[in-house]
Amino acid sequence: MANVPVHEWTLLEAARKVREKEISSRELTGAILARIEALDPIVHAYVTVLAEGAAAQAAACDEEQAKGTLRGPFHGVPIGLKDIFCTRGVRTTCGSRILRDFLPPYDACVAERILAAGAVLTGKHNMDEFAMGSSTETSFFGPTRNPWDVSRIPGGSSGGTAAAVAAAMCFAGVGTDTGGSIRQPASLCGVVGVKPTYGRVSRYGMVAFASSLDQGGPIARTVADAAALLGVIAGYDRRDSTCVDIPVPDYLAAVERPVKGLRVGLPKEYYEGEGLSPEVRAAVEKALKALTDQGAVVVEVSLPHTEYALSTYYLIAPAEASSNLARYDGVRYGHRAEGASGLIEMMSRTRAEGFGDEVKRRIMIGTYALSAGYYDAYYGKAQKVRTLIRDDFTKAFEAADVLLTPTAPTPAFRLGEKTGDPLTMYLSDIYTIPCNLAGIPGISVPCGFSSEGLPIGAQLLSKPFREETLFTAAGAIERAIPVRRVAPVRG
Amino acid sequence: MAITREEVLHVARLARLALSDDEAGRLGGQLSAILDYVKQLDRLDTRDVVPTSHAVEKGTPMRDDVVEPFGDREALLANAPDRLNDCFRVPRIIED
Repeated sequence: MANVPVHEWTLLEAARKVREKEISSRELTGAILARIEALDPIVHAYVTVLAEGAAAQAAACDEEQAKGTLRGPFHGVPIGLKDIFCTRGVRTTCGSRILRDFLPPYDACVAERILAAGAVLTGKHNMDEFAMGSSTETSFFGPTRNPWDVSRIPGGSSGGTAAAVAAAMCFAGVGTDTGGSIRQPASLCGVVGVKPTYGRVSRYGMVAFASSLDQGGPIARTVADAAALLGVIAGYDRRDSTCVDIPVPDYLAAVERPVKGLRVGLPKEYYEGEGLSPEVRAAVEKALKALTDQGAVVVEVSLPHTEYALSTYYLIAPAEASSNLARYDGVRYGHRAEGASGLIEMMSRTRAEGFGDEVKRRIMIGTYALSAGYYDAYYGKAQKVRTLIRDDFTKAFEAADVLLTPTAPTPAFRLGEKTGDPLTMYLSDIYTIPCNLAGIPGISVPCGFSSEGLPIGAQLLSKPFREETLFTAAGAIERAIPVRRVAPVRG
Repeated sequence: MAITREEVLHVARLARLALSDDEAGRLGGQLSAILDYVKQLDRLDTRDVVPTSHAVEKGTPMRDDVVEPFGDREALLANAPDRLNDCFRVPRIIED
């Protein structure tokens, strides 16, 4: 193992080696910054690289350690954040022109917690504008490329984070997931991504998209790394009124637990659709075999309202977004249109100039669905169907401890392939969306490659606040199907 | 279901979005297609279903009504697109 290059170490290895003084944080951080300098011009995973800030933080970590102090479990280890988490004094764009120069006056809870754990912040990762997209192509700053094949998209909206982790331009990162935005890019980039239970991770300082669905979570190269990072960012925060006050278990301990006797449910609706690629199906079947070989039991389950999830999501998420994004009015921060003669004209032109097409489209759908005369028919109806989708999961979890499905219907598609038709793009989230509507946790774990060398991920879902079950099952898949995690960055 | 141009412009006005003619036309078509798609929900009888607004049931948390000063006032104001002393300056509010 002596020959593994520094940047390819896992998060936990890097943390241990700093702690045991095998390497300084300065050296470790230098290796990652060099990697970013060499590869990010091709991959474009970062909106902002904090080269000087990271070097200074690393030097401070080394000094403190020399005096015998460790900040926390990730002392001196480079970690990145999706550019949706507010970082004090570091611009936070959310992938949008409207926030191009926004300097938050405070840190998001997630940022506070990774910094308190000792992380060195490498920078802010690119993303679809306001997290609305499945390919990172809606970013005002231009698309991120998939490090396994740079002619393809990395997925989205946390595509910058997944690509940065896969290309070893940080040891791990934190993304957000409203309809699959952590799991789908993790799957397409061959890394591990976790969408925690709604309420598990504080949303304080996380730019809001759809407040009843949004949740932050880790993206890392191994299941253990993801478990350790979730352990750091999870937990009660009074500044988010939906954050749940229950103890955070030892997620890392769950990774190595045996799966013998674990009931793995296969929701038949997820395997019946025409859109599922045969290669993805075959890879997920291997993941299933990995579990049954280790003593897990298969149960057939049904989630009968699955076909309605996409419609439900595309009413609820835009409705909540149209309300959340009302705050971008050019008054207190962000972009403002020049030369308007009155306030309403200023706001309307500011928003027209500041938002891209996808954001405008969703604001329009949401405003329409909430407008007088249509509320009951659209938003109200969608909230009722959401109950049916939730009830499906409750029933399925009476028979199963965990559900196994594909994460995305196909491996990574090409840049520009789906930008012309919004509905086709939305279909790439078909397996991830129901989880957000139900509020349950989900994980995507690599389980193979396509014939073209593109990563494929399997999704596991469990009951609310049973992330440990996800880590146990994902750990078993990872041990049985060891795949390369650091992408070659090729064209 | 076709959304008329008037409806598109009405919704855009509610959303405070100035749309170009081109955008209004394109958005009208895309909105119609999306609304046609979501019409599938009408196949479900939901008369007796209780709506879900949040997936994880949790009461409204209460806290003491105590003032907590925000630390960095200057950092807040520094983001202002147009600032006059400690105020955010905007174009005139009452239009002709």
